[in-house]
Amino acid sequence: MSALVIRGGRVIDPAGSVDAVQDVLIEDGKIARVGGRLTAPEGATEIDAAGKWVCPGFIDMHVHLREPGHEYKETVATGTRAAAAGGFTAVCCMANTQPVNDNRAVTDYIRAKADSEGVVRVYPIGAVSRGLEGKELAELAELAEAGCVAFSDDGRCVMNAELYRRAMEYTLPFGAPVISHAEDHTLSRGGCMNEGVVSTELGLHGIPAAAEDVMVARDIVLAELTGAHVHIAHLSTAGAVRLVRDAKSRGVRVTAEVTPHHLVLTEEAVRSWDVNTRMAPPLRTKRDCEALIEALVDGTIDCVATDHAPHALSEKEGEFDQAANGIVGLETAVALLLDRLVRPGLLPIATLISRLSRDPARLLRLPGGGLGVGAPADLTLIDPEGAVTIDPKRFQSKSRNTPFAGWTATGRPWKTIVGGRAVWQCADEGRAS
Amino acid sequence: MGWTRKDLLTIRELEAAEILTLVDTAASLEEIAGREIKKVPALRGKTIVNLFYENSTRTRTSFEIAGKWLSADVINFSASGSSAAKGESFVDTARNIAAMSPNVVVVRHSSSGAPALLARELSCAIVNAGDGAHEHPTQALLDLLTIRDKKGHFEGLSVAIVGDIAHSRVARSNIHGMKKLGMTVTVAAPPTLIPPYAQELGCKVSYRLEDAIRDVDVIMMLRLQQERMHAGLIPSLREYSRYWGLTLERLAAHARPDVLIMHPGPVNRGVELSPEVADGPYSVILDQVAKGVAVRMAVLLLLAGGRSPEAHQ
Repeated sequence: MSALVIRGGRVIDPAGSVDAVQDVLIEDGKIARVGGRLTAPEGATEIDAAGKWVCPGFIDMHVHLREPGHEYKETVATGTRAAAAGGFTAVCCMANTQPVNDNRAVTDYIRAKADSEGVVRVYPIGAVSRGLEGKELAELAELAEAGCVAFSDDGRCVMNAELYRRAMEYTLPFGAPVISHAEDHTLSRGGCMNEGVVSTELGLHGIPAAAEDVMVARDIVLAELTGAHVHIAHLSTAGAVRLVRDAKSRGVRVTAEVTPHHLVLTEEAVRSWDVNTRMAPPLRTKRDCEALIEALVDGTIDCVATDHAPHALSEKEGEFDQAANGIVGLETAVALLLDRLVRPGLLPIATLISRLSRDPARLLRLPGGGLGVGAPADLTLIDPEGAVTIDPKRFQSKSRNTPFAGWTATGRPWKTIVGGRAVWQCADEGRAS
Repeated sequence: MGWTRKDLLTIRELEAAEILTLVDTAASLEEIAGREIKKVPALRGKTIVNLFYENSTRTRTSFEIAGKWLSADVINFSASGSSAAKGESFVDTARNIAAMSPNVVVVRHSSSGAPALLARELSCAIVNAGDGAHEHPTQALLDLLTIRDKKGHFEGLSVAIVGDIAHSRVARSNIHGMKKLGMTVTVAAPPTLIPPYAQELGCKVSYRLEDAIRDVDVIMMLRLQQERMHAGLIPSLREYSRYWGLTLERLAAHARPDVLIMHPGPVNRGVELSPEVADGPYSVILDQVAKGVAVRMAVLLLLAGGRSPEAHQ
């Protein structure tokens, strides 16, 4: 019997309404007890967590691991190492691989890779449509049986409303949501940044907020029609926040996530012409940022997800309007959220922890998300005073595409524990990098 | 005031005094065009690369003549028939050219921001010869030089820029430059051709040609690209021309008798300009082209750090 005791840390477990300095005893990969001055069994490993925060393991429900097919950008091995380094104990990986995860063989492959090379838990997300083409349904029942925890054509929007309606209906018995990449491609076509003052000045083709809002509205209406659970990926506009808030108040089964970059960056960042400020949805305005933060606080937005989107350097240099969309996020998310939202008092720490653990676990019905007795011993330990300067050269991820290079932050992941085993710990403890 | 910048990327980032330095320098160089021997040794031994990723006859030729009159070695590189056609990336091509130690790279590109990217990557001087729908600073400078030549000053003049503002780098550079020099600018077009938040650029917006051209000192007509029709921004060239084409009748009815008609070219005769207007007494379109060479000489001279031509006389 293996045992581990984490001593004297501030345990923040929103699922159990705990926020107190306590010990956590782990036995056989599960939480055995949480309390004051626990007696550890003989031979237990001890971690001195004084001054640290002890949280349920963070779950990133929106990650691109790129394997199979795009191993030059990321693999299950490197992506899960990046997750562990960023404080995440589980990730959900999107279906836009090559081949697309639209059939059981691909799901099995990803899960086998995760078992043999993965550092954190990996939950695949299956495609909604065959080949992400938006024409025919993928084999959704078999994908669910193979272990897909949700369905999404992420990266593309299912423009065919009839097909999307049928996907929602067909997946009702599986208890897994459809995740919507809400972007009306007829409104966004040719765009590479938010449509607004900055796009007009820079002469870049803009994507109006309406491209997201009309699709969020459609998906809410379809959720109402079908009774299905629709989850809105990477919500980015004040208008979409209003639509989701209204739908939730009427009891529609809609949930939503937001990325760290949409919370801390605006379209102003594009003035640098840095292609790492290009993503879909695009960076929006200050007003949108404020609405997103408010929605994250009040629960209109259920969770934070990174939309970790690794790309090779060759795809993220050169002309802005020719570059690929997306940035890596796993290794910068926690530090940014702690420093830019929690530290200035915009977001209570317990809310942030909940949005990173309990809430994604609940909406995807995943194990974990809390530190109750018998729960899997997945924990994220945070050093709230640890200073960090973001240096892409030190990323575990295979890719370096981040707009946050050189940013400094206070507060960062310190130790990541999966199934009672420490899978990562901060290398330069004690020295401010 | 002198010139201290490494590059000329935008009008937006320039001070009014810097714009005037460029315009004044250009004005002092205009007389070279009238000489029997059009050659001054100001940039002898300097190398200028024209890196054109987008078709251009007028601008490329203008830069080429400007460089040659200043005695620089001018090399033209266009995207077709080059490594770009073989799939080499823009950044790689640029680094390769930089390795050959040019003094100035003049770049035209369909992507906004491409010159800024080069300026960051390369240590030589970069001139933006038009990037996407972003800026076209030398066009704005030659427009300003033309206006001052005809009107004698800038302060207080009013200008209407008419046409596809949304996709026009010429409009953006001119709006910035004209505002900085104390002019008022109205942009006019159907709403689908006006970019969002156009007022934030500091100009007025009009949706009616007759209103926009009333009592202004300068009318600048922009070329309408055929693609705009296919993109669903206007129903037809016929309808556009009917409501937005500048004709002698419209000029006579609504514009001042001393108004200047400008166009950055190439003109769609019969669409945005009737032939009688393009060739008529109000038109200064060919003056613009002539002044383009002087402006580009001034830009190359200031950026390449050559001695002024007077020193050699």
